[in-house]
Amino acid sequence: MAEIRVQNLRKAFGAFVAVQDSNFVVEDGEFFVMLGPSGCGKTTTLRMIAGLELPTGGQILLGGEDVTMRRARERDIAFVFQLFALYPHMNVRKNIGFPLLAQGMASAEIRSRVEETARLLRIDHLLDKSVSGLAGGDRQRVALGRAIVRRPKCFLMDEPLGTLDTEFRDLMVHELRELHNRIHATTVYVTHDQMEAMSMADKIAVMNHGVIEQFGTPREIYDRPATMFVADFIGSPPMNFLRFGGGLAKGAKEIVVQGAKVSVPEVREDIAPADMALGIRPEHIRFDDASKLRGAIYGTEYLGTTQIVAVETADGIIKARVPAGIPLNPGEQVGLALSSARLSLFEKSSGRAVRTAMYDQAAEARHG
Amino acid sequence: MSLTTAHSVVAPSANSKRIAGVIIVAYALISIVPLLWIFATSFKTPPDSIAYPPKIVFQPSIEGYCNLFTTRTRQTPEYINSLGPATGFCDETVRKRNMVIAGPSNFLPRFVNSLIIAFGSTFCAVFLGTLSAYGFSRFKVPLADDLLFFILSTRFMPPIAVAIPIYLMYRELGLSDTALGMILLYTAVNVSLAVWLLKGFIDEIPREYEEAAMIDGYTRLQAFWRTVLPQATTGIAATAIFCLIFAWNEYAFAALLTSGTAQTAPPFIPTIIGEGGQDWPAVAAGTTIFLVPILVFTILLRKQLLRGITFGAVRK
Repeated sequence: MAEIRVQNLRKAFGAFVAVQDSNFVVEDGEFFVMLGPSGCGKTTTLRMIAGLELPTGGQILLGGEDVTMRRARERDIAFVFQLFALYPHMNVRKNIGFPLLAQGMASAEIRSRVEETARLLRIDHLLDKSVSGLAGGDRQRVALGRAIVRRPKCFLMDEPLGTLDTEFRDLMVHELRELHNRIHATTVYVTHDQMEAMSMADKIAVMNHGVIEQFGTPREIYDRPATMFVADFIGSPPMNFLRFGGGLAKGAKEIVVQGAKVSVPEVREDIAPADMALGIRPEHIRFDDASKLRGAIYGTEYLGTTQIVAVETADGIIKARVPAGIPLNPGEQVGLALSSARLSLFEKSSGRAVRTAMYDQAAEARHG
Repeated sequence: MSLTTAHSVVAPSANSKRIAGVIIVAYALISIVPLLWIFATSFKTPPDSIAYPPKIVFQPSIEGYCNLFTTRTRQTPEYINSLGPATGFCDETVRKRNMVIAGPSNFLPRFVNSLIIAFGSTFCAVFLGTLSAYGFSRFKVPLADDLLFFILSTRFMPPIAVAIPIYLMYRELGLSDTALGMILLYTAVNVSLAVWLLKGFIDEIPREYEEAAMIDGYTRLQAFWRTVLPQATTGIAATAIFCLIFAWNEYAFAALLTSGTAQTAPPFIPTIIGEGGQDWPAVAAGTTIFLVPILVFTILLRKQLLRGITFGAVRK
């Protein structure tokens, strides 16, 4: 197992830049997820780490060794493809043993390694079956088996659950994480599904247009999004944005939104007057008639323990997540109270989050 | 009036199925009559073969096959009577016509030439075609579209249009009347078909298979051999049949460029007519035997052949 270090990685296809100056470190044994919409460069980054695509610039270090220009087969990594790429002309046993055959391993040893791997994945009863007859989840397990049988330096997975039914997917998310906990293999996992990312990852990189917008733990990314894109991409429903204007002074603890004063985490930088946005997660909104921030209930979505309430304000629809028990009627006027400590402030033009006490505390905690 | 498309979801009615069935059976009968006629003629005696009206029912004889495989000389009855007892059925049949067997004919060596040249050129065309199709399918080849068009353009004219230049070239190069020359020629004609057909088949195989193999420690060539080829077998078989049929049946170039040691069966068979009268049963016997290899090959690979013919017509 090894650490993966990506430095200033760049990939251009002609005039189109797929990945721009990527920098991140996946520590040994970490489960790292690259998350982003399709076409954001996450798969290209993964393919460059695998050696299936050569970068235009930058470096990739695997366990401290520069492998940037090395062939895929010389990197000692395993790759799980979205469509699994199980060889249809081989049975399960041969598929799993295929990487070992490349190493010239004795057939008796291949046999025992394949069987050990199959037991680990609970597919030992399928070993002599043809891969074409397998169910989605089992195909996935065979693909995983082919990856782990070689005990490579790291695993790369390209949306491996993308083609599975929702039911299988939840099961496999659980299984994958459990497998990771057992074998502690450095893993890079690419997905566009935030649920998969949040529930499996140790670290997440959120990518958009070839740029890593934020790199951090799922909690950091959810609680303290670095950009409006991340805030909007993560969370279901995503973060709400309320417009406000004017500059911010260092030390400010209050802003004015739609004529209502809202206290926010202490601002730690000066911002010249510009269009700004106040970011707030749906679960950090309460209904409080005393609040001057008001709106009319537009609709509700009942989710069992909570309900998502759409409230029409002067600045568009705001979604709040409140306990399911609160009786609400469409058209009813409500006041919105915001949890001050959890608010984010963004510069609208760049989308960047303003440094506040909330972000600083996190940074201090990380570096302290 | 209802709209119908090529991908109509409406199942054909029983009536239209019946009509289609009748048309197919009629077409099959019309196509097979000449073949049956040749097959029947090969078992007729020479007088029966030219009888008028033609004999549908006749006493079968293998005289045609005897004549096909032997050369004979005419002798006086006295000489024939002075010989010992006939050594076999053919010997006996021939003596009844006042002839004796002088030796084996050229049919067998010509048939072997056909086998070597047709299978040799098919192998070369499919081998080169598979590699170049893989290259065009997987790599960024500069001017790939123009190259593919150029490859296709070699089929724009009938190959025989270049017969004279090729005849002169072959004479200069010493390739006239050699098996190598014929293999090279048929390979050159077939390779464009092979590249285009196989490119379609290889395009359908996802690259992930080779990528997975390459990550798992195989070289590109090994990955190609172990993951692409096994999945391309259908396409390779279909392509091989098309190439083989062309090379096996080709007459014009064979007649022009081969005359002796490398002569193939197609130009040889008509020459049988000239030897000792119009020996139609022997010609028919040669033709019947000539049909066998292609028939066997086609029956063995008929599924792939069908897939090759309908290739691109059915979307998965």
